Amino acid sequence: MLIERKWKKWLYFYLPMAAFIVFTLFPFYWMAITAFRPDAELYATWRQPNAAPLWTLQPTLEHIKGLLQTTAFPTWLWNTMAIAIVSTAISLVCGMFAGYALARLRFRGSEFLGTAIFITYLVPQTLLFIPLADIVRDLQLGNTPWALMLTYPTFLIPFCTWLLMGYFKTIPKELEECARIDGATRFGAMVRIIFPVAIPGILSAGIFAFTLSWNEFIYALVFMASADQKTVPVGVVSELIRGDIFFWGQLMAGALLGSVPVAIVYSFFVEYYVTGLTGSVKG
Amino acid sequence: MNEALAVDGRRTRVSRLTRLLESEKALAAALLAPGVAILAIFIAYPFVMALWYSLTSIRVGDPGEFIGLANFSKAIHDTIFQMAFKNTVFYTFWATIFKLALGMWLALLLNRHFRFKRIVRASMLLPFIIPTVLSAFAWRWMFDPTFSVMNWGLYHAGMITDRLPFLSSGDWAMWCAVAVNTWRGMPFFAITLLAGLQTISPDLHEAAALDGANAWHRFWHVTWPLLLPVTLVVVVFSVIQTFSDFQLIYVLTGGGPANSTHLIATYAYQIGIGSGLLGEGAALSLFMFPVLFAVVWVQLRYLKRMENG
Repeated sequence: MLIERKWKKWLYFYLPMAAFIVFTLFPFYWMAITAFRPDAELYATWRQPNAAPLWTLQPTLEHIKGLLQTTAFPTWLWNTMAIAIVSTAISLVCGMFAGYALARLRFRGSEFLGTAIFITYLVPQTLLFIPLADIVRDLQLGNTPWALMLTYPTFLIPFCTWLLMGYFKTIPKELEECARIDGATRFGAMVRIIFPVAIPGILSAGIFAFTLSWNEFIYALVFMASADQKTVPVGVVSELIRGDIFFWGQLMAGALLGSVPVAIVYSFFVEYYVTGLTGSVKG
Repeated sequence: MNEALAVDGRRTRVSRLTRLLESEKALAAALLAPGVAILAIFIAYPFVMALWYSLTSIRVGDPGEFIGLANFSKAIHDTIFQMAFKNTVFYTFWATIFKLALGMWLALLLNRHFRFKRIVRASMLLPFIIPTVLSAFAWRWMFDPTFSVMNWGLYHAGMITDRLPFLSSGDWAMWCAVAVNTWRGMPFFAITLLAGLQTISPDLHEAAALDGANAWHRFWHVTWPLLLPVTLVVVVFSVIQTFSDFQLIYVLTGGGPANSTHLIATYAYQIGIGSGLLGEGAALSLFMFPVLFAVVWVQLRYLKRMENG
C-alpha cells in the first residue's frame, strides 16, 4: 500500500476536498438563506460594518408566502411535474422498444438506424427551436402541455434507446430462448422476460430523463405563452421579474422550491442516476 | 352464437398479429416505429425546415420569399454576431478546459476511501441536477452589482477596496459565465471520470510505485492513458452542450451589457423570437452546425476505430 504522512493528506486531500465542497454547495446555501431573509436585511449594502450576510437574524416566510399566494407558482410546479413524468414515460416506452430491436433483432439497416439515433442524440435544442415553434403551432399544440410532452422526447428517446440497448446486450440470450421454447412469442418474451430483468437499466434511464426534462428551458420558453401553462424555470424568469426590478427574495424562494422536487427524486435514486449518467457517454 | 363468432374473430385477428410479429423484420419495424416517428417529426423535419427558413426572408406573419444566402452574408457582416461567435468559442474553450481539469482532480479525490464518501459524491452532483435556470439566478444574485456576497467577502478579507464589476463589464461577464458553466458541468466530468478510474486495477499503480514512479508519474503514465477514451467522449458531449448553450447566458446577462456577452444561441433567439425575423434567426442557429458536425464526426470515427480495433 501507498502510505502517506498526515500533513500530506491534509494538503493533498482534505483541503482541496473542502474547497470543492464549498464551491459546489455555496450557491445553494445562498439560494436558501436569501429565500428566508427579510427585505430589510437583503438590501443592506455590503460595506455596512455590522452586516451579517452569511446567515439571517430574522428568518421570514414572507417570500415563500408571497410566491405561493400572488403568483401561479403552484401551477408551474404541477405543470413541470406532469410534463416531466409524461415525457419520461413516452421516452422510456419508445426507448425500451427501439433499444430491444437494435440490441436483439437482425434486420437490414439496423446499424444505420443505430447511428442515426445516436446522431439525433447530439442535436442541440437551440439548433431547432425556431422552425419547431411553427410546427408546434401548426399541429395546434402551441401553449398546451402536449407541445412539451411530445418535443422533450426528442432529446430523451435517443438517450434512453442508447442506454437500454447497452443494457439489453448484457442480458444473456439463453433467457429468452428458454421462454421461446416454452411457447412464448418474441413480443411476449421481450415484455415478460427481458424487461423485468432490465428494470435497473430502465430506472436509470427514467431518472436521468426525468431530471433532463425538469431542466429543459428553451422549448418551454418559446412554446408556452400564457402564465398558467408555464414550467417552473420559465415562470421564474418571466413572471417574477417585473419590469427591471428583481424581487430577489421571491426569486430565490422560487428557485429553492423549484429545485426541491427534483432533488428529492434524485436523492432516492442516486445510484441509478449515476449509472444513467455514466452510461449516457458509453459508446 | 354471434358472441361466439365475435370472440372467434378476435382470436384469429390476434393470432395473425402475433404470427406477423414472430418475423424479426416486422417486429423490429413495429418496435422502432414510435420512436423513429417522434424523432422524424420533431428533429428531422424541423432541421429541413430550418435549412429552408435560413434561405428565405420569412418573419412572423409573413412567409417571405427565397433570398439565397443573404441571411448568412448579413450575419457574417453583423458585428454583434461576430462578437457572439467569438464569445461562443471562448466560452466553450475555457469552460471545457476548466471542467476537464477540475473534474479530473475531483474524480481523483473521490476515488479514495474516506468517511461520508457516498453523501459527498451525491452532493457533488447537485449543480448538474438542479435546473440551470434556477441555479444561474442564484449566481446572478451572488454577482449582484450592489449586494454581491463575493464583493462583501473579498472586501472584508481585505483583498479589494472597491467592488468588482462581475456582470457589468463584458470581459468580466464572460469569465463569470465560464465560471458558472464550470461549476455546473464539473460534476458530470468528475462522476464519469470516476467511473473510468474505478475500472483501473490498483495493481497497476502499485507496480508503478514499486518501480519508483511518484504520484505525478503514476497519473501521467498509468491513469491518463487508460482514461483517455472516456475523457474523449465526455469532452465531446460537453463541447456540444457548451457550444449550443442558451439558458445560462440568458439568465446571467441576457446578452448584455450592450450585446457584448451573446452566444450564438442567445443572439439567434433575440433575432428569431425577440424581433420575429425567423429566417435570420434560423440562419444564425445554423452557424452552430458545422462545428457540432465536426465534433460528432470525430466521435463517430473514434467509435468505429474502437469497434474494429
